[in-house]
Amino acid sequence: MKFKVNGNEVFASTGGRPFDKKKPLIIFVHGSGLTHMTWVLQTRYFAFHGYSVLALDLPGHGLSGGKSLKSIEDMADWINSVIDSVGYKEASLVGHSQGCLITIECTARYPDKIKTLSLMGGAGAIPMNPELLALAENGDPKAVDLMMDWAHGPAGHFGGHPVPGLYHINTGGMLAKSRTIKETLAVDFRACDNYKNGFEAAKKIKIPTLSILATDDKMCPVKEGKKLADLIEGSKVDIIDNCGHMMLLEEADRVLKVLKLFITTNYPSK
Amino acid sequence: MSDKTKKGTDAKTYKFDTLSLHAGYQPHKNAGSRQVPIYQTTSYLFDDVDHAAALFNLERGGHIYSRISNPTVGVLEERVASLEGGTAALATSSGMSAIFLTVMTLCEAGDHLVVSSQLYGGTVNLFRLTLPKFGIKCTFVKPRDTEGFKKAIQKNTKGIFGELVGNPGNELMNMPEISKIAHEAGIPLIVDATYQTPYLCKPFEHGADIVVHSLTKWMAGHGSSMAGILVEGGNFDWMQNDKFPTMTKPYEGYHGLSFAEEFGPTAFTMKARAEGMRDFGPCLSPQNAWNVLQGIETLSVRMKKHCSNAEEMVKYLLGHESVAWVSHPSVPDHPDHELAKKLLPNGRGSMIAFGIKGGKDAGVAFINNVKLASHLANVGDTRTLVIHPASGTHSQMDEATLKFAGLSHDMIRLSVGIEDIDDIKNDFEIGFRAARKPRLVSNQ
Repeated sequence: MKFKVNGNEVFASTGGRPFDKKKPLIIFVHGSGLTHMTWVLQTRYFAFHGYSVLALDLPGHGLSGGKSLKSIEDMADWINSVIDSVGYKEASLVGHSQGCLITIECTARYPDKIKTLSLMGGAGAIPMNPELLALAENGDPKAVDLMMDWAHGPAGHFGGHPVPGLYHINTGGMLAKSRTIKETLAVDFRACDNYKNGFEAAKKIKIPTLSILATDDKMCPVKEGKKLADLIEGSKVDIIDNCGHMMLLEEADRVLKVLKLFITTNYPSK
Repeated sequence: MSDKTKKGTDAKTYKFDTLSLHAGYQPHKNAGSRQVPIYQTTSYLFDDVDHAAALFNLERGGHIYSRISNPTVGVLEERVASLEGGTAALATSSGMSAIFLTVMTLCEAGDHLVVSSQLYGGTVNLFRLTLPKFGIKCTFVKPRDTEGFKKAIQKNTKGIFGELVGNPGNELMNMPEISKIAHEAGIPLIVDATYQTPYLCKPFEHGADIVVHSLTKWMAGHGSSMAGILVEGGNFDWMQNDKFPTMTKPYEGYHGLSFAEEFGPTAFTMKARAEGMRDFGPCLSPQNAWNVLQGIETLSVRMKKHCSNAEEMVKYLLGHESVAWVSHPSVPDHPDHELAKKLLPNGRGSMIAFGIKGGKDAGVAFINNVKLASHLANVGDTRTLVIHPASGTHSQMDEATLKFAGLSHDMIRLSVGIEDIDDIKNDFEIGFRAARKPRLVSNQ
């Protein structure tokens, strides 16, 4: 569906069901340079099982208008504006990679609004590889190739997509190239690199939190994810073997199973 | 950027020959079986009612019924998608069903397509005679008439279709230029790249949006199994205009799903599977998928030999007294020689068309007398194949259509195999001697 936030048009997938304000809201926040489509194997389930879902395209990404926001802090405030714009007083947040930084910061800033937090491939800080950052800021498509290489574990490199016929790395690469690299991916990378408040923000989080990590994640390794989780009171951690950073696609069923149990327990649909 | 930096920033994703052997398959998820298992089953157990509903609603990935998807077929689909540089693929029971499914996913009654005139005879008949029965009309344009493709586009045109190298005359479409024409009109370019395989050309790198193959040919390569596939490039924006409502508007068949919004770069394949395989059902058998996978494992090795043998045969035919003309993109005076160098850098393919002196009678005598070359209606076998198109593959065309498709009665279509090149030449000498005989008799 499309709606306006701060005067700009925003697109969000509602998981294939009409948006219904009577149902509890789950907001999904994608990673650097990507779009709402990374969440297709989680959002549709929740949309068909009692929740209202918004898998967002961040400003300047996918089908959303406006320009990419330049800092994680601005993105966190923007998520808060999204909740207001769709007429909700609270929401459950799910983030992947950069989306984790955004949702951590948002939860710390708006503690009364956010009811549960689910992090996938998250860390307290995501310093960027300087070469990758330079490639993206030069608009070089190699940045996408490199990101897809590092972001995928065996499923990405050999194949084995949960949806028959889909090929991981090329699909992810095409999503990251759907808008100009300089104006999306590069801005996101720079925002991640600049963000230093993750660990402090994590200490302020007092809501049920889940971290899903993967053993073959080169971008946000397990030890970094655990370091973050240790700072969040009562945080749960689930580690997936033989899987890379794109766990939400590489091991979509496992992720959904864990996420389903966590959200339905801590933020049940009536 | 220094060379050292450049070297360090190259992605380490697997290359073509490795993907040919491994893509789409993980042994540890299949009982450690090193070879891809053949899942000879019609259907798949649901964990519970909720799981079943989730699969039917496209909430989760997985298999329901082998008409829609099958794990062995799925490995083949991912493997071909990886080799083509595509986002997704859907395998079908034959190349023709891949084309039909592509058209039916793209078009509705009242729509129009612009189509290259030089196509396999069965494809010509699909576009000329069968699709109009579904309310889909086509305008044929000669493959070298790039501007003609632009002129033929109408308000209701939904795509441009062609074989990159036309069957059987070896005329090339200028794919980069024709893709620009298609994209300026907001429609996709669909390319049948059966003759090339992704080893010789990756059409997505030259502007194509959807690629179709008859996998029966070089991809499987051994003349054993029928199969087809459509592959999606993932770069076409279905939402840029209002030409594709079945891709962009809520679809009643899946609770109001918009394929373009939900699946983006894989939307076309998702729709072709969810709607096309459900409603038409031209599914590929797991056994045939496995046979094709065996072929793909040696694709690059075979294609190198096919192409080197073809170039030898071109030289041999060009110097032969019984040959009137030879058409192959490797011939310097072939009108598309330069374009072929650009589009087919790894080899110009193994299909040769040549004219035999003495016309139709000589052609019949040649085909009836070769012993090693097989006379049959296929191409891309490991074995050398010959046919006389005017009386075989294209025999259902009338005289005017034959002429428009660039076919002549003296034409012989040769699919060069990977036998020893001397044996192929020796066999052709027998055929040419027999072809000359009737004329020698009549001259006496």
